[in-house]
Amino acid sequence: MAQRGIREYDGKKMLAKYWTDYISKDFKFPGKIVLVDPKTKLDDLPKKHKWLKTEKLVVKPDQLFGKRGKHGLIKANASFTEAKKWITEHMNKETKVGKVTGMLTHFIIEPFVPHKGEFYVAIKSNREGDMIYFSNHGGVDIESVWKTVSEIQIDVDQDINKVNIESKLPKDTPKEHKKMFAEFTKGLYKFYRELNYAYLEINPFVVSGKEIIPLDLVARIDDTGHFESSDKWGDLTFPAPFGRKLSKEEKYVKMMDEKSGALLKLTVLNPKGRVWTMVAGGGGSVIYTDTIVDLGYRDELANYGEYSGNPTTDLTYEYAKTILDLMTREKDPKGRPKFLLVGGGIANFTDVAKTFTGITMALRDYKKKLKDTKVKIYVRRGGPNYKEGLKIMKDLGEELGIPIDVYGPETHMTRIVDMALGGK
Amino acid sequence: MEAITVTKTKKSGKRPDYIIMDKNTKAIIFGFQTRAIQRMLDFDYICRREEPSVVVIVNPTRDGMHKCFWGTKEILIPMVRTLKEATKMHPEADFMVNFASFRSAYQTSKEALETKTIRSVAIIAEGLPEQRTKELIKIAKEKNKWIIGPATVGGIAAGGFRIGNTAGQLDNIVASKLHRQGSVAYVSKSGGLSNELNNIIAMTTDGVYEGVAIGGDRYPGSTFIDHMMRYEKNPDIKMTVLLGEVGGTDEYEVIDAIKKGRIKKPVVAWCIGTCSKVFPAEVQFGHAGARAGAERETADVKNKAFKDVGVYVPKSFDDFDKQIEKAYTKLVKSGKHKPIPDVEPPIIPLDYEVALKQGMIRKPASFISTISDDRGEELRYCGVTISRIFEEKWGLGGVIGLLWFKKNLPAWAREFIERVVLLTADHGPAVSGAHNSIIASRAGKDLISSLVSGLLTIGPRFGGAVQGSANHFTKYLYAGEEPSFMVTDMKSKNVNIQGIGHRIKSVTNPDVRVTIMVDFAKKNFPVTETLDYALSVEELTTSKRNNLILNVDGCIGVLCCDMLRGIGYSRDEVREFVDLGILNAFFVLGRSIGFMGHIMDQKRLKSRLYRHPWDDIEYMMPDKPEKVK
Repeated sequence: MAQRGIREYDGKKMLAKYWTDYISKDFKFPGKIVLVDPKTKLDDLPKKHKWLKTEKLVVKPDQLFGKRGKHGLIKANASFTEAKKWITEHMNKETKVGKVTGMLTHFIIEPFVPHKGEFYVAIKSNREGDMIYFSNHGGVDIESVWKTVSEIQIDVDQDINKVNIESKLPKDTPKEHKKMFAEFTKGLYKFYRELNYAYLEINPFVVSGKEIIPLDLVARIDDTGHFESSDKWGDLTFPAPFGRKLSKEEKYVKMMDEKSGALLKLTVLNPKGRVWTMVAGGGGSVIYTDTIVDLGYRDELANYGEYSGNPTTDLTYEYAKTILDLMTREKDPKGRPKFLLVGGGIANFTDVAKTFTGITMALRDYKKKLKDTKVKIYVRRGGPNYKEGLKIMKDLGEELGIPIDVYGPETHMTRIVDMALGGK
Repeated sequence: MEAITVTKTKKSGKRPDYIIMDKNTKAIIFGFQTRAIQRMLDFDYICRREEPSVVVIVNPTRDGMHKCFWGTKEILIPMVRTLKEATKMHPEADFMVNFASFRSAYQTSKEALETKTIRSVAIIAEGLPEQRTKELIKIAKEKNKWIIGPATVGGIAAGGFRIGNTAGQLDNIVASKLHRQGSVAYVSKSGGLSNELNNIIAMTTDGVYEGVAIGGDRYPGSTFIDHMMRYEKNPDIKMTVLLGEVGGTDEYEVIDAIKKGRIKKPVVAWCIGTCSKVFPAEVQFGHAGARAGAERETADVKNKAFKDVGVYVPKSFDDFDKQIEKAYTKLVKSGKHKPIPDVEPPIIPLDYEVALKQGMIRKPASFISTISDDRGEELRYCGVTISRIFEEKWGLGGVIGLLWFKKNLPAWAREFIERVVLLTADHGPAVSGAHNSIIASRAGKDLISSLVSGLLTIGPRFGGAVQGSANHFTKYLYAGEEPSFMVTDMKSKNVNIQGIGHRIKSVTNPDVRVTIMVDFAKKNFPVTETLDYALSVEELTTSKRNNLILNVDGCIGVLCCDMLRGIGYSRDEVREFVDLGILNAFFVLGRSIGFMGHIMDQKRLKSRLYRHPWDDIEYMMPDKPEKVK
């Protein structure tokens, strides 16, 4: 739960929907925008959105990444036929953006607006309240023209209606737009607050007659505001960041995570790595992964994994099996041992012995494969009933004939990392 | 055990500004978190606090007294519905532990911060909207108050005060020396790692003085610097430990304070998340006003910044403990600090559940139940899961077999029981039981009262013939007496044989219900000894009078006995069932269906109160009472 990016489409749609409530009745934002996903029937669109056939269009991907122009991912001043062709060419294509490669799946189509000036406005949350940024030099990398940006801090308990925004806009604001921009900024702030936005950037927006049109919009919403604002959000989705393609196993763990109250996480970093972790607790799992990297075993690190929030025995069993399966698929080419770190801090009230039940079940299932791939297991855990839990693991090691070393809170949490890898 | 009511406690006493919780802290608990409350009291007890730290509970849905343990004794803690009442009752309580949900935590925390007597609020809930937390931060700042959290386990003042569930179980608390004050204070973002910090600090130094987990939100109610400055001012704290995280820039406020000399005590710091660099890079946002580069927010850069201002920074978390030990040893060697000696904590009796789980204690149960178990994944009747009962279509007879006889009954027995239920279900509105039910229902009584009113008539004269006939026939049959002896013996004792005789039906006009049941039994029952005996008796009685036939109650009575024999009970056991009055169970079960039908019928008809007509009563009252001589 945190600040999460939303699609440009959703941001603009929301803005258009609440424009008259928060911003202005005098000047308008018509909110002409269409979202295209792989299931959209492009030919059916003009029936509902007549402007597609009558206006020149702009098309671009809407997948939470910026700098689309730089990557050649904007088609401007296009007819509907041209727009369709462009989308068809790009849909479901692997595309590299910056360092990340991902699939293009979502596009937006908007009217192409001929304009003169491009302006910049952004609102960003900070501890005291929110900072409004405004510049008359939008449409470029704003950092490069930072001198032109006015910063207007609105404290959390401040009434924006009592703030003279007009006087705080940059000095070079065109006279004819001053009033309108002040009203727009004020309204945008209200919209942002009321709908639990945490970040909203429009770069640029343009003026066209009696309309203000945001050309490019980036937004993050505080999803913990759900219980206050979800009525206004409507049917809002929080798409995954571009380029995160999950493997089958990662998807399976994600599915278990979503379908249960427990927290289960798995990211496979290097399936050929020799060190696998299965750590209880969010902080603990970060610390183990940190330590493996910090002690110089970065190349051996196979995964990032976490289980917490009191998962049931069944869930722990499935989760452990997923990891054991991944790590025992192949032998190390040099015949070296592999390591499984079943780590964790000192639990508050979770029964440690009970949480080990699912893991021991999985280890039994993989007895042969674990031996074949020379897996050594190190366990470190504390908390309620930990002695019993460690004994269960130790006994299991003897029963299966697999080396399982166990440690309690008297051993520093991450020492097993060096015990496992230090000997190499 | 004696119960003491905690209503008035001593004043919390004045304390310096830099202390927000200590052994005199009195707290209000918002939310009826019984386990957390008990954990706080247990901690108080092993710290040898004079008085409990929890003085009042706010529970919007209930008030009264809450009973909990204070060592081996039990005490009562008042519970009120509003914070207003709580602060009025205990103005000395300056700390509120807020267990309200993320939905209501804002409102309740705001109210607490605006209350004069409360100085600090710990917000446990995770998922407060950032804007709401920011509003709370503003109020706290203006009123010079403290917020710990949201999204935290809380914090602990060693030897003094524990926020809610902080520091886990008592054995862990004692192992981490938290029952007495040490000299090292820490502040951590993560609550989950605070146990580990307590453990590390206890192993490498003379122990924790205080520890706070500020919580994982973007805008914690109090930040690293807030607590580090408190620790700096507190002369009892000799050194500090900080556990930060990747993301955000709050750690830099501390770095800045160290650089500027505002923090002089030794600091050991580490930011977790150094592994973030090995994760696949996700595309950056078109970052706007964010002039602070993302680089600054990485754990690596923060750790380096700490190191650059002279903080003890380990190479990895793996030697965090060694750095703490190094800083502490230096402090002791320099003579600036004399280690605080260990203290033996008082023994707290184990909780019953814990001791039981560990196999340390046992106690004879007050109850034994042998027919069903509702504790597992699925309800079971006599070991059979309810899903199996449905899948295998055990039916009513099968379930009665499980719950009454603990047997997996054969099909004939199941069907017999179901037939008995169907047969006895009703006998019209005029019989005494149905009549009573109807009268009670019409008097406006509820279904259960009306049903009971009907059931109470079942006995020796109404409906009791099932039980009675079973009793009479088995008595003579099992004693090996001839039917003729039974008839003459009963006659000589002037007792009617139960289950014999009918008002209308006779040999020539047999009761079809009896015929069906007798045929069924003859065809399916492995044993029909009681039925055969009763039929022999019937032969004798009907020879005297035509209507002295085996009636339906009698038939059910004897067949129940034969069924019991057929499913494996001995004659002695059958007699035991009969003596216990168990055969009435069949009639009560069946007839309840009819009674409830009559009650529902009356309710739907909206029948008025029944009053018996005068003309149906012959009033025979004497003129005056008889005089007692």
